[in-house]
This record gives sequence, structure tokens and C-alpha cells, in this order.
Amino acid sequence: MRFTVNGTEREVEVEEDMPLLWVLRDELGLTGMKYGCGVAQCGACTVHLDGAAVRSCQIAAGTLEGAEVVTIEGLGTPTALHAVQEAWIEHQVAQCGYCQSGQIMQAAALLEATPDPSDEDIGFEMDGNLCRCGTYPRIRAAIHAAAAKLREA
Amino acid sequence: MSRAGKIARRTFLIGSAAIAGGVAFGVYMVRRTPANPLEEDLAEGAATFNPWVLIDAERVTLITPHADLGQGTVSAQAALIAEELDIEFGQFVTDFGPPARAYWNTAMSEEAVPFRATDDGFAAETMRDVAGGAIKLLGLQATGGSTAIPDSFDKLRRAGAVARETLKLAASRRTGIPVAELSTANGAVQLPDGTALPYTELAETAATLEPVTDVSLRDPSEWRLIGTPMERLDILGKSTGTLGYGIDISLEGMVHAAIRLNPRKGGALIGHDATEARGMRGVRDVVEITGGVAVIADNTWRAFRALDAITFDWGPAPYPAEQEDHWQRVGDSFTDEHLDRVWRDDGDAGAALDGGEVIEAEYRSPYVAHAPLEPLNAVVLVEADRAEVWTSHQIPRQLQVEVGQITGHAPEQVTFHNQYVGGSFGHRLEFEFVKQAAEIANQLRGTPVKLTYSREEDFAQDFTRHIAMGRARGRVENGQVTALALDIAAPSVIASQVGRIGLSVPGPDVQIVAGAWNNPYAIPDFRVRAFRAEGLAPTSSWRAVGAPGAGFIFDTFLDELIHAAGANPMEERIRLMDHDVSRRVLETAAEMSDWGAPLEANQGKGVAFVESFGVPVAEVVQVTDTDRGIRIDKVWVVCDVGTIVDPVNFENLVQGGVVFGLGHAMNCEITYADGMAQQENYYDHEGMRIHQCPEIIVAGLENGTQVRGIGEPPVPPAAPALGNAIFAATGRRLRALPFRNGIDFA
Repeated sequence: MRFTVNGTEREVEVEEDMPLLWVLRDELGLTGMKYGCGVAQCGACTVHLDGAAVRSCQIAAGTLEGAEVVTIEGLGTPTALHAVQEAWIEHQVAQCGYCQSGQIMQAAALLEATPDPSDEDIGFEMDGNLCRCGTYPRIRAAIHAAAAKLREA
Repeated sequence: MSRAGKIARRTFLIGSAAIAGGVAFGVYMVRRTPANPLEEDLAEGAATFNPWVLIDAERVTLITPHADLGQGTVSAQAALIAEELDIEFGQFVTDFGPPARAYWNTAMSEEAVPFRATDDGFAAETMRDVAGGAIKLLGLQATGGSTAIPDSFDKLRRAGAVARETLKLAASRRTGIPVAELSTANGAVQLPDGTALPYTELAETAATLEPVTDVSLRDPSEWRLIGTPMERLDILGKSTGTLGYGIDISLEGMVHAAIRLNPRKGGALIGHDATEARGMRGVRDVVEITGGVAVIADNTWRAFRALDAITFDWGPAPYPAEQEDHWQRVGDSFTDEHLDRVWRDDGDAGAALDGGEVIEAEYRSPYVAHAPLEPLNAVVLVEADRAEVWTSHQIPRQLQVEVGQITGHAPEQVTFHNQYVGGSFGHRLEFEFVKQAAEIANQLRGTPVKLTYSREEDFAQDFTRHIAMGRARGRVENGQVTALALDIAAPSVIASQVGRIGLSVPGPDVQIVAGAWNNPYAIPDFRVRAFRAEGLAPTSSWRAVGAPGAGFIFDTFLDELIHAAGANPMEERIRLMDHDVSRRVLETAAEMSDWGAPLEANQGKGVAFVESFGVPVAEVVQVTDTDRGIRIDKVWVVCDVGTIVDPVNFENLVQGGVVFGLGHAMNCEITYADGMAQQENYYDHEGMRIHQCPEIIVAGLENGTQVRGIGEPPVPPAAPALGNAIFAATGRRLRALPFRNGIDFA
């Protein structure tokens, strides 16, 4: 199947039911998004599929033909950060950091749809992204800061 | 091997008796300086002054041997060196360094002595010195017990100062300018004319000098870094997906492995049929390992899937099959035969509670899983003359021993590359996953093998937090708490843990009552006894170890007594407090939370205080009893660690500790049925999610005389503070964790 990842066309020949998570991590070597639960309970594997934040562990490779996938590596880079990433750094959100790629991808999608989210909006949209270290207060603050930054831009 | 070495290998020196027995060797060994492991591979022209600073012509490398489990300790350790070395963030790189005796953890001894951390008396201090000697004797390089900062605080600043003074001497030799006229800043020696000689240019000269060790540490008033907000060194990598974790390691020719072990932990594999699995795409082999089977494939998912196609015949569990039998066994342990130690015996609680009106209650704290978000994983490569391991681990030198025993190598032939990790909470103190990866790689010599646990396997095989039951009796008179006698029965988590590496624990296990016996209250008749339950499921240190369970039991019962006395929960705790630093913590919590302010009828505030790892922590929780259940509105938390290294990271860790404590108190338990953990993934053991997360206000005080760690201490008071708040709001007293079994949460 052929699809684009971070703007580059990729072709893989794998089982139809191999999850996108493992296509990206083990076949294409993109390890920014993480395996945490495999059953859409933690959100660590969140990527953008045709613009929507999805759990890549639930997307079968067979459905990817022609799709556009963006991973954390495609959202922004250390030298060209996305506004959400800038806010994450300014608020020193991460502890272990393992969930944060997924949190950032989910937050970026949230702000696309809801430029000025309330705490309730954040609680609703981000609830599928588990953080075992408990960085939620900083995630909340960073999303508000990124929202303000994006509105100004 | 020396006699001291043999003793060290046989006995993990934790109990007071064994430490007393180890003193003579301890004093002798402790006075010898451990070798600097960086000298072995030192390139020409590179200089190392001590085990923490390595400088060559290219770069300055600071060695940060404590494992970074997410607590930011790489940054904190580097900051301590940089403080005295006069080098800025961005001008050096860090490395976890090789496993080495030199990195023994000075601070691990604190929890090993039968003195309260708030006790600064002569006997307590002496025993801590002795225990510290014992740990140095063992060369125990470990990260745990919230000790990374206490262990590093003086040692790493001194390392920076030694390197700085030696570099100045090198600059003096080079230029002929007296050392007294030189200064240092920005990673360079500054000459009087304003010229800067970068440390990297001085490395070659410095390498020829004896290190200048006669250095003194700067006064806190001169600190540039300590106490100021720092940008964590890993924050950019963790915000861009570019920081590599152990699970991200990829080596040339590497294969992927996944395992299925007997879900009755420690039970045998009787037989299996892997015929179908062997024929599946990408499957290279199916091999047996201790207690289970490994699939080796060309992709993680293919390995997971092939495991599901194998049929297994598993043996029984070496512990009771059903959860109720676990509780029965704990409940049957309140006997003289099981008495582990009387830890506190102020006044005469026995006489005070003999007859008259006695308040009684029983409490339960469940098994809980570690479940950090990164599942267990390790990459191992075994060759004829060596083995190599890439993973994250908290006890590197023991890891070398464990792997070497499987692969037939001496520990020094096992190279260990420590990695950043997606959380631990105690998970990475265990060796089983590394041993399994080594067993697989040993059957595939010459090929790097990456073992990745599925989430379900990680839950099924977790050595959980131990269960505990408390039976408490107390008395109140004239509006005051006058007597409190608490018995706690639990398995010894430390015995279970060190038993897996072939060691034993002489003497009692303080973790049965940690967070209960040590709280510095002056209750006139105050007794805390530990009873050891045997034959239960394997357990391991879970963030704050004994204190989350025993602290919940102790503080909840204290709250019950205070309410029975008709006293104010905050004021009575303050009145009973017999430790100035701790009293200030409570008073600050009262001020910050506006304790006496009126609330709505369906709201309530609860306070809890638990000291653990030498850190007094008070938490106030405010809840509202809504029509959808209990909502946590706000938390105020005050703690005293003596000195705060980085206030931003400190606040993050305290908030995270509160979330961790509350989330598990609300939602989490592991229960057994047919010998297997019934919880298999985050849907039935999730901790807290963001919609339930309250605002958390943090105050860090610095009145304590010793520098303490903050990784664990915020966890224990969270559960009792929440339970006490629920009582205040609803009148319902919840005596068993998790609370969701007794009440709904919004």
C-alpha cells in the first residue's frame, strides 16, 4: 500500500491488518509516536490521519492507500517548532515524556478545531491521552498558551 | 573474593542487626576511594578528574549515573556539577556512565535504619553513617528511595569544584599566570586580560596533573543555578519525539521478540504447541525461556500476534489463587508469631486502651500495578567473549551480574548502555525482563534481540505494590486524641524483591509501617506494630513503597479519632505535631488552603500529613459531592525538602505525585482470580485522566536542614487527604482503597 508520511510518499508491503503504529515504528523507523497499550486506551500512538488525530494502533494498514499521515516528526522539528511544542517547552510539561508526542498531536488537532478551548473542552478532547507521571496541570496550561500564540499568529 | 565481599553478596544489608555486624568491614572499605571508571578507556589528551567529569578536546561530558525515570535527574545532576564547574547548559553533554562502584548511593541508607528521618539525635546520625558505609561496601549503585538529589548534592558539587580548580592549575601552567589571578565562567578559564581558555583546550594539560582535591564548596548565596528555574536538558527531545527511549533502539540485524509467561506469576510452563505460530509470516523461531515461551520475528506486532496462536499448559500459582484468600492470609497474620517489629511505643498504649471507650477500625490497601507507559523492553546482544545490554535500569551493576549469570560472562564483560525510560515507579528495579531478553539472545548469539512486552504481559507479570491491612484502636478525651495503637500486617516487599536476586533480608522490614510509625506526632500513648504476612503474590517497590498504604491507614484513622474528639482536623494535627519543620508544613497548608473558610453543604475539605523519605508533606483536598459523583476541586500541597534544586521541575514532580496518589486511590487495584491478575490493560487500571485532574497548588519550603528528594513523598498523603475530604463532604468514611469500590467519582 502507498500513502504519504510527513509529506513523503511511502510504500510498504505488509499484512492488511498490521496497525499503522507498527508500520511506522518497525517498518518505516519512525519512533516518535509510542506503543503504550495497543487498544486505544492511552493515546501515546496518536498521529494525524488526513488531518484528524487518531490512535495509530487502531488503523489497519489495509485502509491506508492514498492516506496522508503526519507524525510528531512531521508536526515540527527541534529547529522549527510547532506552536504547541513551543508551549510544551516553555511550560516544561514533560516528565518521562513517553506520552507527550501523543499529547502534542492531540492538542494540535484540538486547537485546529477549537482555537480557544475551555478547561472542559480540554478535559473532553484530551481524556484519551493518559499521562502516568501526572503532568495534566501543565498540559492544560500549555494548551491555553499555545492557543493564545496561535490566535496571535 | 574477600570475606567482606562474600558477606555483601550473601546478605543485603538492610536490617539494623546486619548493619551492626557489617561495621568493621564497612569502616575499612569505606575509607578506600573507589577507582574512577573513566580512567580505563581514557583517550590520549582527555582528562578525567573524578568519576563525574570527562573533558577532551571536543567536549565536556558530565556523568549523571542516576537513572532518569522522568524525574529530570539528569538535568539536576548536571546542574550540581555545573554550579561549581562554571559551565552553562548547552556547553556540555551528559552520559549515564558505566556501571561502577564509584557511583555508590550514599543516601540509600536513610531508610535502612530504625530511626525516624525527623530524628537528628546522636544515635540516629551514627547509625545512618554506619548504614551508609555498608551501602558503600556493597558498591550499591542504585536509583530509588528519592535519593538521587540527597546522594548527589555535595558529591557532584565537589566533583565540579575539583575539576574547576584543576583546570585553573592547568591554565596557570600554560600561561604562567598564578592560579589566584584566574577565574572561571562559561566553560572556560578567564585570564586577567579577558582572554578565555575553554576547558576543552586545557584538557591535554590538565590530564598530566594530579587533581586539586583541596576545594571548598560555594556558599548558597553564590549559587548561579541551584534554586533557579532551569530548562530540563531532555525537554526539547521529549517535546519533538526526537529523544530515544529503550524501546526505540534499533541495531543492524536486530530481531524482535515477544514473550508469554505463565500468568500465574512464577508458575511453570508444562507444555505448549507453537505449530501454527511457526508458520506465520515473519516468525523466525519460537524458543522456551524460564516460565514461558518467546517468539522471535522480524517485527514487534508479528511477534505479538504469533504468541496468540500458541496454546499453553500452565502450572499453578505459588501463592493463593483467589484474592479473598490473600486477604484471609493477611488477616491471619496479626499474631505474636508474625510480629515483625514494634516500631513505635510511646507511653503505654496497651494500658491506655484496656477497657473504657475505645474507637476501632480496619483498613485495606490493595495490590497496585506499576504500569509506566513504556512497557518493559530490553535489547541484548550476546557474543563469545561479551554481552551488551541496552535498556533502562535503576541498579546497573546488579544487571551486569544477572545477565552474566545467564550468558556465562563475568559482570565486567557485560556492557550496559542505560537509556531514558517512559516511567518506572519502581518497575525498573526488577531484573526479570532483562534476564528474559538475555535468555533469548543467548540462544541467538551474534544477533541483537529486542524484547518488547505487550501491555497485557506487562500487567500480567508486574510485581505489584504489596497489600496491607491495618487494625487500629484509639481513644479521645476532652476533645483531644490521647491514644493510638496501630497494627499493620503485610508481606515484606523488600524480602520479595531482593529474594529474586538471591539475597535475603535479615531483620524487620520497615516498609510494612513506613508512613505510619515515623510521623512526628506526640500522641501520649502511641504504638505502631508491624506483622509480616507470608506466602503471598510477589511484590516490588512501587513509588513511595510502604508509605502509600501505611500512610493511608495511619492518617485516615487519625482523622477518625480527631472527628470523634470533635476537634478540628487541621488544628489537632498541628497541636499534636512534635517537629518544627513538619508543623510549619501543616501551618502553611492551613494558610494556603484557607482551611477555615466556609464551604457549600455538598463540599468538604480533608487534610493529611505523611512523612516519607525524610520529607514532611501535607495535602489538603477539596471535593464536591455532585449528582454525578465526587469531584475533586482543588488540592494544596506543602512539603519541605531542605533545598529545592529547580523550582519548576520541583512543582511538576509534586503535582505529578499528587495526581499519581489520587488516581490510584480512586481507581486502581490488582486482584487475583485463578492465580492470575484480573486487570489486563489501562481500561481497568488507568489511574487519573485529565478531566478528573484538579488544580494543584504547590508550596516548597526549605526549613529542613538536609537536602531531600521529591520523587516519592507527595504520593502517600494524597489517598488519606481525599478520603478525609470525602468524609467531610458526605459523612461516609471509606476504609478500603480504591475508593471507587465504595463511591462514584465524576
